[in-house]
Amino acid sequence: MKLLEYQGKELFSKHGIKIPKSFLAHTLEEAIDSSKTIGFPLVIKSQLTVGGRGKAGAIQKCTNESDLTTKFSELLHKEVKGELPKSILLEEMANINKELYLSIFLNRSKRCFSLIASSEGGVDIESVKNKLIIDLPNEGISDTLAIDVADKLNLEDRNKASFIELLLKLSNLYKTEETELAEINPLVILNDGSFVALDAKVIIDDNALFRHPEFKKYETISELEQQAKNYGFSFVELDGNIAIIGNGAGLVMSTLDMVTDSGGSPGSFLDFGGKATTETIYEALKVISQVTKIKSILVNLFGGIVRTDLVARAILNAYEDGTIKAPVFARITGSQSEKARELLANSQAKLYDSVEEAITNAVNASRVI
Amino acid sequence: MENNFDIFKVLVGNEEDIDYKKKPVIIQGITGNFGSTHTRLMKEYGTNIVAGVTPGKGGQEFEGIPIFNTMADAVDFHKVEISGIFVPAPFFLKAAKEAIDSGIKLLVAIPEHVPVRDSLDILEYAKNKGVKMIGPNTPGVIVPDIIKIGIMPALPFSSGSTVVLSRSGTLMYEVSYTLTKSGFGQKICLGIGGDPINGTNLIESFELIRNRNDVDSVVVVGEIGGDAEENLADYIISTDFSLPVVAYVAGRSAPKEKKMGHAGAIVYGTYGSAESKVSNYAKAGVPVAKRPAEVPVLLKEKLKK
Repeated sequence: MKLLEYQGKELFSKHGIKIPKSFLAHTLEEAIDSSKTIGFPLVIKSQLTVGGRGKAGAIQKCTNESDLTTKFSELLHKEVKGELPKSILLEEMANINKELYLSIFLNRSKRCFSLIASSEGGVDIESVKNKLIIDLPNEGISDTLAIDVADKLNLEDRNKASFIELLLKLSNLYKTEETELAEINPLVILNDGSFVALDAKVIIDDNALFRHPEFKKYETISELEQQAKNYGFSFVELDGNIAIIGNGAGLVMSTLDMVTDSGGSPGSFLDFGGKATTETIYEALKVISQVTKIKSILVNLFGGIVRTDLVARAILNAYEDGTIKAPVFARITGSQSEKARELLANSQAKLYDSVEEAITNAVNASRVI
Repeated sequence: MENNFDIFKVLVGNEEDIDYKKKPVIIQGITGNFGSTHTRLMKEYGTNIVAGVTPGKGGQEFEGIPIFNTMADAVDFHKVEISGIFVPAPFFLKAAKEAIDSGIKLLVAIPEHVPVRDSLDILEYAKNKGVKMIGPNTPGVIVPDIIKIGIMPALPFSSGSTVVLSRSGTLMYEVSYTLTKSGFGQKICLGIGGDPINGTNLIESFELIRNRNDVDSVVVVGEIGGDAEENLADYIISTDFSLPVVAYVAGRSAPKEKKMGHAGAIVYGTYGSAESKVSNYAKAGVPVAKRPAEVPVLLKEKLKK
């Protein structure tokens, strides 16, 4: 789960990492109200999960109240990469002396967490040549390592102690909150020598959420996604009109690719996981029936130990009670397939031996107006 | 990297062993919904399950298999080197530590949704004690016709000399099935796991099979997310891996920054993208199938050369 900037900053604050004076506003009224506490000039920042806000103009400087009034409304309605903000963060202007980069991320290939630190901040870190990358032990950053990093970054002596303290706080944060990424870019040194996190990019390990119930409040999944989650399904809504259902994330992804290759356009991804019973298939159909644009439903199920007649029964049930209306094209390997074919003989559902056949027919059906 | 771990010795054994092709296995979480279903199926396949562990159910039996409260008790009673872990993710850390402490040599970690921190902790613990872990979030491992530890159905697999390594469960079945139907039996099929952190990654899996004369080809079933395929391509080049390798990468058409079912299947920018994987494979001379059914076609071509 990727946190919004203000949520990440809340987390930083909790761990004693300094952030600028800021207020979250959902309406212009709230914004004008909090501008009185912050004072002008100030910065307004669209709260989005997508990157590249600055380039897209979703971060603006406001010099007075009328400036704020104009720009706040603009930002609230400005879509960046298809995403609209629900809130805008108002922040005091910082007196920046120097910008740095600091992050701790899950290094998948090295199978550890790694630290990246650079004395060039505020830019895309991938384009920075002069940076430290240090693989961390499971215990996190030790005092010795923190001192070493401070030395290597060529910080002024008067700034080193504060930097070391900050690094240890960030180390404590990633370990206790179980983040996959905790990035401060830029980390700024103010004229008074204090370190402030000007931005926050934090990704939480979803699988550790059971140990962190407090993060529940940050979850922004749609009602449909929540419903799918309650059934134990993985569900992603997509732009097209063919619903794809299957057992196993890899298999559903693979089906997505093949549908796209055949000229079709997937409208949803649903992996119902390890159990293919009449109930789970029915629930899966119920979820995708709520995606309005769906014209055809493709079921790709690699069973082996799955009874296809139970799957057929679920499809029949969903037609009978009006849950689904779109035609179903299914490829199901498993036992009892003769019985399944009989069950579906007079319905809008068809069973195929190969996934290619099922896809061709699902794509054709999705083109009917 | 430990090159000395012989996974076939642990899973199959040598001809002179009294338990050759009948290596004993313990199932942790044997009485759970998943554990019990699959214990029955593994047994049916011929896996020699000698004991199960469920805290609080020691002394009972499941399908004639004795249940113990702890791994220490179970391993004390039966000399066992393999454990299949079927406990829910929140209990994985404890179960895996217990298994390693009891002297298990190979852990097959089935549970999905294990926190990254727990995986890293266990990985370090296992490494220090010379224990190999497969998973978590893996369908398991199968040596066709000999031993199956995991949740895979029996249908797709047949014995032969191709190795299948997969980051996805059902795709491992799908691809193995197309191989089986095309006459390519499998030496071993190993689920790497769908998580960001894998106990045995692709390169380590290649190390496990690289010097065997009973293996003639490798199929790698990958997906978007991370850089395991990119690193594998580098490894194939730098170590001059000589056996034919064919790959498949799922998720070409998936949107960015969306988790596609697996915790590890997510693309950030170009990191983890299918294009990156395919172009790196190309440098290593590894053809990438467009769909599962194309894997045996490409393999046939590769083996002809």
